[in-house]
Amino acid sequence: MSDLYPITLIINGNKHTAHVEPRMHLVDFLRENIGLKGSHLGCEHGVCGACTVELNGQIVRGCLTLAVQADGALVNTIEGPSESGVLEDLRSAFIRRNALQCGFCTSGILMAAKELVEQMPHATRSQVRDWISGNYCRCTGYHAIVDAICDVLTARKGL
Amino acid sequence: MKSAPFDYSKPKSVHQAIALLQQYGDDARILAGGQTLIATLNMRLSEPSLVIDISGLDELRGISLEGDFVRIGAMATHTEIEDSDLIKEFAPLLSTAAPYIAHRAIRNRGTWGGSIAYADPAAEWPTCLLALNGSVRLLGPNGERIIAVDDFFTGLYTTAIEPDEILISCDIPIAKSSHWYAFEELARRHGDYAIVGMAASANKEGDRLGQPRIVLLGVDTTPVRATKTEALLDGKRITEEVIAQAEACLRTEIDPLPDLTNSPDTKRHLAAVLLKRILSSAQSKTENNCE
Repeated sequence: MSDLYPITLIINGNKHTAHVEPRMHLVDFLRENIGLKGSHLGCEHGVCGACTVELNGQIVRGCLTLAVQADGALVNTIEGPSESGVLEDLRSAFIRRNALQCGFCTSGILMAAKELVEQMPHATRSQVRDWISGNYCRCTGYHAIVDAICDVLTARKGL
Repeated sequence: MKSAPFDYSKPKSVHQAIALLQQYGDDARILAGGQTLIATLNMRLSEPSLVIDISGLDELRGISLEGDFVRIGAMATHTEIEDSDLIKEFAPLLSTAAPYIAHRAIRNRGTWGGSIAYADPAAEWPTCLLALNGSVRLLGPNGERIIAVDDFFTGLYTTAIEPDEILISCDIPIAKSSHWYAFEELARRHGDYAIVGMAASANKEGDRLGQPRIVLLGVDTTPVRATKTEALLDGKRITEEVIAQAEACLRTEIDPLPDLTNSPDTKRHLAAVLLKRILSSAQSKTENNCE
């Protein structure tokens, strides 16, 4: 058993202090220590994208980030507020387009799509497909997901 | 799966990190962005007793212009390189290659230094560094060493880095107005491990390529230069006939290793396809040229 390591971080705007084992990754910490169960664990080796969370404003694989590496960081999860309103728009579009079935991948895809909409507001359909290629969905076949994200991109261009 | 337990240290100086490497030897692993290391820890392919987190070391950060070189710090992330205006202007091959690396969430964490030091033969950065004739700066207990990239990759996941040395940065000669470059890669799905890839650079004068460097990924235990094909192309006008000759030369020159789904013959064929694509891009007068 290795020593516990003290960390302090801001999760969805709230400050948390904890002692963690160095081997604990960020999503285990969020789920088990903080009780935020919205970020999911699929493969735990960086392939499936279900664990996607925001670290200091950028999406990361929560399973390939140690909780100790998030010491001093700002972490946002699917449970957090979205100041830009993008997350809300994406949620509505996903419901309208029926872009989820079992929902396991959805929180990761919404987090990834949020960064896309914020950083590439003029993304093409093909760029949307490339961007979310890092997130697996085993139910929908992706078309509805791409439709939903494109809907949000189009709607926000009119703002 | 969950990683086996390990101790964690976040040194405040490079010298502290080197001292830990000397003390722990092979029981220690350096953690940069962790996009390879943490996956191997989670799969228990690696069980170090100590993980040394170098993300707190400022001297490893940043991308800067140092005279005739672009200096890329070991901790520069793939995203920083992808989005860097300095890189677009002075090492545009890297801007072109960056989107091929995994996915944005991984590029946000993964680092240049981690990729070079890990030396995956199917990775983009080692191949680009070789194509751009860069050099690697290492720091160890006996001070700094600079190694030319041609001498750096020594075998499968093996480099010239000594066990008690840390990769600090890489220097890449800046792109002159005659600089020509190209990057192509084939994968089953965007972001997957490449089947075959190719990075190339040369001095382009008219439709002639001078001193071309043509580097392949995914065919050998390290990124490899196709030196015979380079020699064949050197100074020649890029015509359909020369392209066909170069393709034939490349097919005989390389002896690709198979992977789980692709035979040596498939890879040999695909490498020739990529060569044709990049040389065709050299024919069209302005595309991919800095002028």
